Amino acid sequence: MTDDLPADRPVRDDGPRVPAGRPAAAGDGLPQPAVGRGGRRRDQAVALGWLVAVWILLWGGLSWANLLGGLVVGTAVLLFFPLPPVTFGGRLRPGALLTLAVTFVGELVSASVHVAAVAVRPGCRPRGAIIAVPLRVRTDLNLALTAEVISLVPGTLIVEVDRDQGVLYVHVLDVRGPEDLTSSRKRILAVERRIVRAVGSPDEIRRLRTEPVDRRSPS
Amino acid sequence: MGAIADWLGGACLLAGALLSLAAGIGVLRFPDVLDRMHAATKPQVLGVLLLLLGLALRLRTPSDLGMIVLVAVFQLATAPVAAQMIGRAAYRSGRVDRDLLDTDELAGR
Repeated sequence: MTDDLPADRPVRDDGPRVPAGRPAAAGDGLPQPAVGRGGRRRDQAVALGWLVAVWILLWGGLSWANLLGGLVVGTAVLLFFPLPPVTFGGRLRPGALLTLAVTFVGELVSASVHVAAVAVRPGCRPRGAIIAVPLRVRTDLNLALTAEVISLVPGTLIVEVDRDQGVLYVHVLDVRGPEDLTSSRKRILAVERRIVRAVGSPDEIRRLRTEPVDRRSPS
Repeated sequence: MGAIADWLGGACLLAGALLSLAAGIGVLRFPDVLDRMHAATKPQVLGVLLLLLGLALRLRTPSDLGMIVLVAVFQLATAPVAAQMIGRAAYRSGRVDRDLLDTDELAGR
């Protein structure tokens, strides 16, 4: 395989980012929220808060020593292992979040039962397929969340991510015919829709409606 | 109350163990790396979650619950990433059996 796939491009840590392969004028309508110095600071403060919470949970009790230790370790982690900025531009919607969580648990159970059944079915060599699924909302956050969730729901597993184009390459297990591929595609887009409805901005939700569902890979 | 939680916890432990067993069988029996990653993510993750739920129902102390929640969250967050890294490495180094794939829209990309 080629080694220069876009997903591997090192990410420079320079605030609002417009990936090279994506012309901003092409009706994208999806400006990353402008991240100034203050926004970056706020993101880091939120991350530090989470790290301290994890540290305290790991030690199993709240004390001044744990709190201070957590602050020191969290600051060190943020300083020495900086991540590309993922700014949360939408808002949380409790109802849609609940739908997402409940569907996720249901699909995780049915996926596990399905894979377990395939595993113990005697004399079976399951056939697979790799399909390209272009997402409608191409923010890093949506890409990452969708990729995580569809790895845990029935039949699908991420093989490759094209970050600039917002395309997920997905391996499908136990393919019996073309209709299985169509239903997997639909299921992935449904996962994306639930995620965007739960955490996306109003603009992103509008894109779900306007973009045709069957936009194929531009390759 | 305690007895019910104990029984529920026992049932969860048993179900989790069975799912982990199925995941192990899947990893052993599936013909290909990508298929094996399916077994290593879905039944494995649910198996661990059920084992943790069973543990939580048996232990019922706040500090243990915090640790259990932490393990569950990290399991959910890391298992798909690990599976993707392995799947991608296998695909790029050509260790995927193409005879088992019906379509491959990643080919030539």
